[in-house]
Amino acid sequence: MTKVDVESLDTLEEKLTKEMGYDDHFHEHHHGDKYQSNFLTTYIFSTDHKIIGRQFLITGIFWAMMGAMMSLVFRMQLGFPEADLAWLKPILGKWIQVNDAGIGKLDPEFYYALVTIHGTVLVFFVLTAGLSGTFSNLLIPLQVGARDMASPLLNAFSYWFFFLASVVMFLSLFLSTGPFSGGWTAYPPLSALPQASEGSGAGMTMWIVSMALFIVSALLGGINYVTTVLNLRTKGMNLWRMPLTIWAFFITAIIGVLSFPVLLSGVLLLMFDRSMGTSFYLSEIVVGGQILDRIGGSPVLYQHLFWFLGHPEVYIIILPAMGIVSEVLSVHARKPIFGYRAMVLSILAIAFLSFIVWAHHMFMAGVNPFISKFFVVFTLIIAVPSAVKVFNWISTVYGSNFRFNSASLFALGFVSLFISGGLTGIFLGNSAIDVQLHDTYFVVAHFHIVMGVAAFFGMFAGIYHWFPKMFGRFMNETLGKIHFWGTMIGAYAVFWPMHYTGMAGVPRRYYDGGASFDAFRHFTELNQFITVAAIIVFFLQVVFAVNFFYSIFNGRKLTNKNPWGANTLEWTTPINPGHGNWPDKIPAVQRWAYDYGKGGQEYVPQYVPLREGEHDHGH
Amino acid sequence: MTALFIILCIILVGIVLVQIARVVELIAQVKGEREVMRESSWWNAQLSLLFLVVFLGAVFVSSYYYKNELLGYGPHAAASAHGGAIDSMFNVTLFFTGIVFVITHIALFWFAYKYRWREDRKASFIAHDNRLEVIWTAVPAVVMTLLVVRGLDAWDTIMSDVKPDEDYIEIEAIGQQFNWIIRYPGPDGKLGARDYRLTTATNQVGQDFRDRKNWDDIIVGQELYLPVNKKVRVRIIAKDVLHNFYLPQFRVKMDAVPGMPTYFVFTPIKTTSEYRNELRKYPEYHKPYDPADPQGPKRWEKFEYELACAELCGKGHYSMKRILRVVSQEEFDAWYKQQESYYMTQIRGKDEDPNKGKILDIDPPAEKSQETAPAKTETTSL
Repeated sequence: MTKVDVESLDTLEEKLTKEMGYDDHFHEHHHGDKYQSNFLTTYIFSTDHKIIGRQFLITGIFWAMMGAMMSLVFRMQLGFPEADLAWLKPILGKWIQVNDAGIGKLDPEFYYALVTIHGTVLVFFVLTAGLSGTFSNLLIPLQVGARDMASPLLNAFSYWFFFLASVVMFLSLFLSTGPFSGGWTAYPPLSALPQASEGSGAGMTMWIVSMALFIVSALLGGINYVTTVLNLRTKGMNLWRMPLTIWAFFITAIIGVLSFPVLLSGVLLLMFDRSMGTSFYLSEIVVGGQILDRIGGSPVLYQHLFWFLGHPEVYIIILPAMGIVSEVLSVHARKPIFGYRAMVLSILAIAFLSFIVWAHHMFMAGVNPFISKFFVVFTLIIAVPSAVKVFNWISTVYGSNFRFNSASLFALGFVSLFISGGLTGIFLGNSAIDVQLHDTYFVVAHFHIVMGVAAFFGMFAGIYHWFPKMFGRFMNETLGKIHFWGTMIGAYAVFWPMHYTGMAGVPRRYYDGGASFDAFRHFTELNQFITVAAIIVFFLQVVFAVNFFYSIFNGRKLTNKNPWGANTLEWTTPINPGHGNWPDKIPAVQRWAYDYGKGGQEYVPQYVPLREGEHDHGH
Repeated sequence: MTALFIILCIILVGIVLVQIARVVELIAQVKGEREVMRESSWWNAQLSLLFLVVFLGAVFVSSYYYKNELLGYGPHAAASAHGGAIDSMFNVTLFFTGIVFVITHIALFWFAYKYRWREDRKASFIAHDNRLEVIWTAVPAVVMTLLVVRGLDAWDTIMSDVKPDEDYIEIEAIGQQFNWIIRYPGPDGKLGARDYRLTTATNQVGQDFRDRKNWDDIIVGQELYLPVNKKVRVRIIAKDVLHNFYLPQFRVKMDAVPGMPTYFVFTPIKTTSEYRNELRKYPEYHKPYDPADPQGPKRWEKFEYELACAELCGKGHYSMKRILRVVSQEEFDAWYKQQESYYMTQIRGKDEDPNKGKILDIDPPAEKSQETAPAKTETTSL
């Protein structure tokens, strides 16, 4: 790409947009933006999707750091149970028990609280709000060619409900009985009975309130994303011309809108059981010597309701990452995404199947073994569309002119992690193998690699790729590459060994890592290795955070508005797009988003009309 | 002081990193964009290749090193009749996924290396290939079908309940915070009825002592025994919150749910001493059991089957351990004979006894009830 090309393309774009662009008379009432007139309305209570996206991202980064620090504390307990943690007493207070010898130990109740809150905030606040919230908000209007979301106000509410949920969850950390400690899945009766665990008292109440607020946020966001994609596409942007990012966000939003209400009903019933004496989930319980008069409920009912969201939730996490990776890989490979239609169809297939596999989390929960069989079948079928996606990503790299930068490296890393983590899902989805592996470290390794680290890699790819669009500057590439290679090696170093402990049968959620069991305790060195690797990976994320915040103010500035030579519409907006994204008409779309290297041209943006007889590949 | 020093070091390393990054950026501006891209492309392509080699190498070396932890390898072959099906299912899956893992990783990183950015390279315009799509949809589908069929076949055998005419023993495992209560049926072979509302400090299980099947039921102490090669049906239930009855060596795992009894049927096929002799073949089990006592017994000599909890149940979740001894039928019978009826030793004649003052309609093992009762469930309320 030479400079002349960029300029000629820019002129062409201006000309084409003037001639054929969609005119919504935006410029006529653009004089003075009454919605964004001061600092407060521009940066805090903004209704601009680009600001809201950044708000989601920065809140997500905050929670990611919190969650990571929590994991370091419990990893210390698992790797170095003898270590003196008295130095943490100023922060953690009574949760560090200092014995007579002055050695500080982590309180078991708080160990479980850390594990629980780590899971909850990473799954919901970071990988749902921080990932889907950020990029759906930023990219949907920009890539489909819309001025903003269908309802900018509801969109702002979506962020502020998330913010409230964050505040409630954060405050629950300061309760004298501690935050909720019954695992992120919050299975009753443990979560329903304050007598059964300290964290099931006020901590659980706040957990439920926070979840309810979060679900409101997810629904407001989701409805907005779906409406925007369906109604606000620019001229010529039919569904088969949408970039895969938009397909992924669109389908993700549909999954969320259909499944989050079920979680809400699940936790509301739990709330009734806790405070109104109902027995939806409780039956025949004797706790702490007290005989409860609750009869007829079933804890398994909660598990059904929870996983009816819980399983689609993992696709809510991974689909946006997949969309981002497809787009980033294609742009930096300078080559169309291989099998665009297959990619869309596999997203649809995964989304559909995600609703009928939930009970594979419950093979060992006492559900009818016959029912389990259906879930085995559907679960293993998901491997097929997932495999198609992997093969298509690899084929996209084949024959490319692959630009290595932080964004494309993280996209490559995502594919590797998705393969590694996806394959172990084939073990766990088969109920017979799950008998042994259920609730062991094998599961921990599986889901951390496939939806934890992989989704993070998708998120990082997206941040490095769209940072220039968000802030008009580049992130530092050297730090980005250190971040990538360190995290790639480090993440595998943390989670790969857990497969071995899992195969040996070591159960997860053991405060002492299984030290009291002969069968589980011979992994001392391995646990130390994992902990050291986790600490190193944490500091690499600090490098990322430094790079991120430093680059917002001091990064290299963009000199042209399409720095990657990408086809999609967000790169036709000015370097620092204002409210409404395009100063004048919205460009009209003439072709699909993946004409890279077509007919000898390095890239053909979406606003360039098809030549005579030229085939539009999206169709 | 050390903490402060470490924090200072970290900050210093951070500053150095940022400065290096800035310098590299400045050099890049001097060199020009093309040159930087060429260098970065070369370096990262080499690193991709290096990563591929090191990663796959580490995977193979570590799985060789930990091969004895893999299901069905080394000492950890299943000790139950159905466990072999799980282990072989695991290995069939490992075979197929292993092939895919290696091939896709080589392709991914090799292509990235081979097609690294070069100024003169033109990416080929390959948008799709329907034949390829069909192939790589069909092949995984066929493999998955195979795995599903085999898996469900194994699942059927694992989950099948006992048939009425079968010879088996039934025991009951009751999970509570934070231990297991194990109840044996006694000479009549039948577990007595229970009702959670009858639970008291002495009647931990809530046995209904009006039911004569309860009169000979046994609640065992820290160690439980099972005869080898005899089918066991474990009736699993929880008193307070969810627990999970988990016997790792037997590939047994089932949730204990309050208000909803579950079960797991399995047949132990290796006695504890047979399993110890298996372990003896492996050098890592010749290390001392207690590292502080190098002259003491070796790991294989002290091996015991353990019962654990595998469903988060509160802060003592990690400590719900019991010892299980699998012995020959004769040893089991001898042990079983020594066990005392809980009712006869702990309840009979006390205020709690609903049959107080009545003559029981069985041959009461009167001579037994005189002995001191070894069986007592300890209750830990943490």
